[in-house]
Order: sequence, then C-alpha cells, then structure tokens
Amino acid sequence: MTCKEEIPSVEMSHLDHLWFQISGTFCNLTCHHCFISCSPQNDTFGHLTLQNVKDRLEESVALGVKEYYFTGGEPFLHREMVPILVETLRYGPATVLTNGTIFKDEWLGTLSEAEIESSYSLEFRVSIDGFSPETNDPVRGKGTFQRALKGIVQLVEYGFLPIITAVRNWPDDQEQEVVAAFVDRLKQSGYSRPRIKILPTLYLGAETNRSHTYHPTERVTSGMLSDYDQTQLVCEHSRIVTDRGVHVCPILIESPDSLLGQSFQQATTPYQLRHGACYTCYQYGSICSNPSSAK
Amino acid sequence: MIHSSTTSRIACLGGIYNNYLALEVAIRDARKRGVDAIYCLGDMGAFGPHPDRVFPLLSDHDVICLQGNYDHSIGNELNDCQCGYTDPRDNYFAQISYDYTLQNTSVESRQFLRDLPTEICVDLGPLRLLLCHGSPRRVNEFLWASTSPNHFLEHLAAERDADVVAVTHTGIKWHRPLADNRHFVNVGVLGRPENDGNQHVWYTLLETSSVDPLRVKFVPVEYDYHRLAREMGNEGIPAEFIETVQTGWWTTCLEILPAKERKQGRW
Repeated sequence: MTCKEEIPSVEMSHLDHLWFQISGTFCNLTCHHCFISCSPQNDTFGHLTLQNVKDRLEESVALGVKEYYFTGGEPFLHREMVPILVETLRYGPATVLTNGTIFKDEWLGTLSEAEIESSYSLEFRVSIDGFSPETNDPVRGKGTFQRALKGIVQLVEYGFLPIITAVRNWPDDQEQEVVAAFVDRLKQSGYSRPRIKILPTLYLGAETNRSHTYHPTERVTSGMLSDYDQTQLVCEHSRIVTDRGVHVCPILIESPDSLLGQSFQQATTPYQLRHGACYTCYQYGSICSNPSSAK
Repeated sequence: MIHSSTTSRIACLGGIYNNYLALEVAIRDARKRGVDAIYCLGDMGAFGPHPDRVFPLLSDHDVICLQGNYDHSIGNELNDCQCGYTDPRDNYFAQISYDYTLQNTSVESRQFLRDLPTEICVDLGPLRLLLCHGSPRRVNEFLWASTSPNHFLEHLAAERDADVVAVTHTGIKWHRPLADNRHFVNVGVLGRPENDGNQHVWYTLLETSSVDPLRVKFVPVEYDYHRLAREMGNEGIPAEFIETVQTGWWTTCLEILPAKERKQGRW
C-alpha cells in the first residue's frame, strides 16, 4: 500500500455476534503463538463479572443479537463461568473458547443440564495447535496435548460435541492428511464424530516473538474491498465487551484504536482496517464464527 | 420482483433438490387440502437425479417460485452452489452434486431459474407474509432453531414489517411464535429427509382464520424413496447421498449443523 492510499472503513451492518473477554488475559497456559499473549500473570485485561454479562445480555435483546461468544484467556478460570453460560442460554446460543485443560465434572454436569433445558446450542471450542504432542506441546506447553484430549473426552462423556480448533502450522498440501490423522486419533479416544475448525495464524502478540509481525504491505486497501463480501469480516457483524468497554473485534483488543466506547451505541462507529490482522481476516473470512453461522 | 396476492391457506415447499417424486406427492396433497396457492421457496436443484423433471411439475401446477442460492448459481451458470459450507468434505460432495445438476439442467430451465424473484410478499388474510430462501437479509444464511434467538428473529421480521416470515435453506423445519403476534417458520425441504432416521420429507401449510390468526402445520410427505435411490444410482450420484435417502440420516453437510441439531443425527 502506498502512503497515498486511503485506509478503508467497514460499517457494522448489525450486531450478530456479541463477544465477551470474560477472563481478561488470564490463562493457565502461556502459548507461544497467543495473539494477545495471555498467561497466568497477564492482567492487561481483567475479568468481567456475572452482573456485567447480565446487563449486556439484557441490552442485547433490543439490539437483536444472534449469538454470544466467550473467550479469554481461559474462560474456565473465571469462577462464575458456569452460571454465566447458564444465564446466557436463557437468551440465545452460547459458544465458549477454551483450552479444555481445567474442566470439572460438576461444571460439565450443570452445563449439560442447562443445554438440554434451553432451546439453544451450547458450543465448546477446544483449542489445540498440533494434532500430536510433538506438534502441539512446543506451542502450548508440555503435556497440554494429553490434557486437552482428556478435556475433549470429558465433554463427549457429558453429551457435548466440541469443535476442535487448531491453528494451521503445516503446509497446505499436507492438510488433508494431517486432519485425517487427527480425526482418527480423536475417534480412538472415544470422540466418534469429531468437528474440526482450522484457523490461520495471526501475527500478533506472543506469535511475533516466534515468527514475525505483519509486513507493511499486508494491509487491506480500498481496492481490495471492491466486490468483496464484507460480511466475511468480523468487524462487519461483531463487537466484544472487555473490562475497558466495547471493542471492535476479539483479535485486536490490545490495539488502542479498537476500543470504540463504553456503550453498544458508541461502538457502532465504522472501523478502519489499518492492522495486519485485518488482512488475515480478509484473506480467510469468518475466522471467528462457528461453521453453523459462517457468512 | 415481488408478487403479491390475498389468500387464507397456502402451502410452502422448500429445497426440492431434484426430488421430483416427492414434489409430485406434495403438490397432490396440498391441492387435496384445498390450498389457495402453492409457493416454492427455492433450491430446485441439488442432491437428487434428473433436474429437468422438476420444472414441468412447477409450471403445470402453478407453483409460485422464488430463487434460492442454488437457483441463482444454476441460472447464472456459476462455478458452485453458494451453499455456504465451510468444511472441505461438505464442499467436495456439494460440488459433485452441483456439477451434475448444472450439466443436466436445460437452457430453458436455467433461464427460468435466473429470472425468479428473490422474495415474495403475500397477504395471508390480515397477515403480511414474507417468503424468502435463507433469511430476509441473505439468500444463504442458515437459520437453525438452536442458533436463532427470539429477539434476533423479531429484529429480522420487524425490519421488513412482516407478521410472518417463512424461510427454508437449512433442511430442518421449525416454527417460532414471537412477540407482537409475529411468527417465524422454517418450512423444511422436500429434497431429503430431516436427519431423524425417517425417510419422509416435509412441506408446510400456513392458514389463517377468524378463530386462529395463524395455524402452521408441517405435513410429512411419503414418496417412493426406493425409486429415487435407484434412479440416483443409475445417474452415478454418490452412494453417500443415496444412503441419506434410504436411511433418513444425513451423511454430508454435517459440519454446518449447530451442536443441538448435530446431536439429533446419527453421524
């Protein structure tokens, strides 16, 4: 992009997906590729309270929100995660992004009952970053592959069908083979119909220490947006609530310009696609949503 | 283009997917029930055999049609069906079915599909009914029961000032009464069974009367699925599709299902 080129803006057409940075940047793991560098010590963003969530859920009714997503950090480090999800299922479908390593049977029992009683789906998205200990553990920490696999099996035992998400760290031409091997492994572990979502790498946060950051040419231009289906972009239909306010999307919360205001009304403002991560979002499309609501 | 008429009992069909055998039965059944009109909410092609056998039935029986994503693709001879799948396996099977359907749809039928309206407004007695394919805002949006909260559906209906919105596209029927006497209905599909282990397919009757402002009745359609399966085999259609017709369980397009709907199936 030349300096003369204008940075394009995207308007939010409707708040379809409401995200919550529920556990801030606190995580029990310290993954080397985390795009917001979450860790046990990272208090850049704090927890939201159950009351924060209740208030936003109530506001979301008048806005006609379609789906609710919870991320962190590790959401299940939040003491009230189970009541938060139970409450959310009274309003609509809920998805929680977790590393799957700290589940308690009691929590899953309660959530299983809540989902059965609700009209809406409760989705678990369990992150791993390689389909074996050899490929996953160097990224997410020693023993995390086995711990995540145990969490997946626990979810299945409670009647859930988790979506396993993995960041692509293999050559494109090996994808079919790599995914097939993992599906076999999950089946052997007792997950008979695994659901998989592959994610692109985001060159932000901790990831920049192990690979690189975005090249200045990796930006979305106005020309690229002509004839492009903008609903593919997360900011076209999503916003995320953190303990600081409402941000444009779950990926960019650490960028100061991502904080759009305290209210949903303030956060409807169009957003300029000035970041390298916007380029990844543009390239792959629908990177944050579930396959059932892909645009 | 919007067609408008006043009526009190209509049949809504969705997703025929080349299943002319089920279409024949559904039309006969609807006429027997004395409907004022029959509407098809799009996606004539996909999945089944002999695409061109659908069109004479639609025209001979005055079925009023709108355009689904598949019809837009076939009508404009695009490269794929724009079904909105994200999984490579789902896309692989969708492409086989799309290539077969495009190849076997005549020039006249393509022209018919190309010219269809994308939505239709109907006065159902005092109710303003909006018929569309995926959702009022997007032809290939999936509106599943378990991922469509009431307040979201109310927003979609209010935005278009509709008392009743009827859609299809997902392949699984549902009805949701909403605030302010509004309703949202997914009319289901005729093209393949509902992933519940039953071989029959479904269409929907919408009726209004002085006693009941809106009555929604889902009607099962029993048809000769053995014959359909045989014809699919003869046409070289993948065994995975034939298995669905024979067993009532989906074997493809599974990754787009939300958790609740996925759990209800076998695979």
